[in-house]
Amino acid sequence: MRYVSENKALESAGTQNEKAKDESVPAVGTAEGTEAVEAIEGSSPKKKTLIVFADDLDKAIAAFTIATGAAAMGDDVTMFFTFWGLNILRRQKAVPLKKGAIERMFGALMPRGAGRLRLSKMNFFGIGAKMMNGLMKKKGVKTLPELMDLARELGVKMVACTMSMDVMGIAKEELIDGVELAGVASYLSEADEANVNLFIA
Amino acid sequence: MSVIKVGARCLQCPGPIVELHKASAKASPGDVIEIEATDPGFKKDVVAWCKKTKNELLKLDDFGDHIVAVIRKC
Repeated sequence: MRYVSENKALESAGTQNEKAKDESVPAVGTAEGTEAVEAIEGSSPKKKTLIVFADDLDKAIAAFTIATGAAAMGDDVTMFFTFWGLNILRRQKAVPLKKGAIERMFGALMPRGAGRLRLSKMNFFGIGAKMMNGLMKKKGVKTLPELMDLARELGVKMVACTMSMDVMGIAKEELIDGVELAGVASYLSEADEANVNLFIA
Repeated sequence: MSVIKVGARCLQCPGPIVELHKASAKASPGDVIEIEATDPGFKKDVVAWCKKTKNELLKLDDFGDHIVAVIRKC
């Protein structure tokens, strides 16, 4: 008997909860609710963040196309470059710096800058990438360095991860101008404000 | 009110919307922007751009080999 009564009590509590839920349903349809929908569809500038982890030419082009596109849609865009992605931001010319043997080897083996990236597929020792660049020029597609200039012009923020810079032996002097240095907390705080966050790997 | 003509022929994505964005940034509210593009994706992109940036799409014509969009800056 006690069980039954307890169950009944639970049941009635349950129905009360359901009722409470039911009552809250119409509230979504009120003015507040529609405003929220409009805000999602509306024009208020939003933030987009991209983590660029890869240094393949094709992936970098995809990342910068999205970044410049979002900027052209009126959004704030921040791109975080980490690990291999840092190579996209390297200066094409070597900068004389004191480095350890392993760091020097890393530096020599990794592509130096946007003009020297490889394709993720069909690279054929760089011939593929050259052919792709040629085709893109012919078809009026912006090359990666052009896209990067455009991104800068449109106010896309480029941030290099200091931890991966240190691990890979890349110094600030080796990166192109206009790159900010930051850590994971900066990325996370920007990602909190963003409604789109992409990881390019 | 002035009419701003933007030529975005032979530009691939995101070229046309970038040109539109640049023209819109210079324009004043009420100005009309007429943009011509050959990228077939621009037909849908210009609708999305207008919706997102809350500008009014007055006209959108597809001539087969090129697209002309007329936008009023709001």
